[in-house]
Amino acid sequence: MNDFPTRRRVLAGMGILGLGVLAGCGDSNTLSFKYGKDLSNEILGRTFRLKDPQGNEKTLSSFRGMMPMVFFGFTQCPAVCPTTLARAVQAKKLMGRDGDRLQVIFITLDPERDTPEVLDAYVKLFDPTFVALRGTLEQTAEVAKEFKVFYEKVPVGDTYTISHTSTSYVYDSRGVLRLGLSHSLTAQECAEDLLTVMEVC
Amino acid sequence: MNPAAKMKALRPFTVLAVALSLSGYAMAQTTVEDAWARATVPGQPATGAFMTLTADSDSTLLSVQSPAAKDTQIHQSTMKGDVMSMLPVDEVSLPAGEPVMFDANGYHVMLMGLVKQVKEGDAVPLTLKIKNAQGEEETLEVNAVARALNAPDHAHAH
Repeated sequence: MNDFPTRRRVLAGMGILGLGVLAGCGDSNTLSFKYGKDLSNEILGRTFRLKDPQGNEKTLSSFRGMMPMVFFGFTQCPAVCPTTLARAVQAKKLMGRDGDRLQVIFITLDPERDTPEVLDAYVKLFDPTFVALRGTLEQTAEVAKEFKVFYEKVPVGDTYTISHTSTSYVYDSRGVLRLGLSHSLTAQECAEDLLTVMEVC
Repeated sequence: MNPAAKMKALRPFTVLAVALSLSGYAMAQTTVEDAWARATVPGQPATGAFMTLTADSDSTLLSVQSPAAKDTQIHQSTMKGDVMSMLPVDEVSLPAGEPVMFDANGYHVMLMGLVKQVKEGDAVPLTLKIKNAQGEEETLEVNAVARALNAPDHAHAH
């Protein structure tokens, strides 16, 4: 990732981010987002390996050429998970044709209860292009750690709920982490920042 | 207190409440608006229900029950940093005249152990038990109509 740190720093320092765009991918190491958090200097989630509901193993490079947006949750989550996925649907629409390159990836934090069938039906109901990924309990813990995602089972009655990080993580089309979108942002705000990521690469 | 004793203790009050409402006595009233539940996919065992409650005197929502689920609880979403937690609360204060929203960012009714899939358009019956400042209890029956799983949080806002 840091192939040409000096050149990048000079470019950023001179404030000619536009040149980076003209020169193609990756000549800017930071981005200016209106609403989300620039994560260009964070290295998170590079090596995850999880299965989709059909049993195919997926890694970040499986989505090369697309702009992956990763969100962690569980299907029994009553509020933040469905609203975040519904927001992703709206943001994708607001992006127009560019939205076709947005790849929403929902990683379950509850592999014990989220069966592949439930997960698949759940994400596809929001958008048929959305992908759900699932690992074993150990793999889930590893992936969360890799993303610095916090999650914790909380017992309620004879079952449990899960407290978890509600940020959506956005990568550019070469698999470089770029943007963190908080739960409080609107679809319009997300769409604007997502288009900024697309300008880079 | 065992359930039978509890029933016995409650019975005189229930009779009194019915008698008061029959005689047109001005009892505390709470209105429920925009009650809805989020539809589920087959095999999904839990979902949330949402509404806006407005009490005409300082009141407290004590419990919500539903035949649609094995366990119905009142939960509250809280955000610490970027971590969202959804935890049970014992009761919810309903200050006089102030609408209290049950939505994705605050309180919600958690339906756990759904007896069957909740489909869009289904009516999910909820029984709300509310106590006013005088200690009088009222029971409200509400039908939360299921909206699509992918419905945005606020149908009217945004």
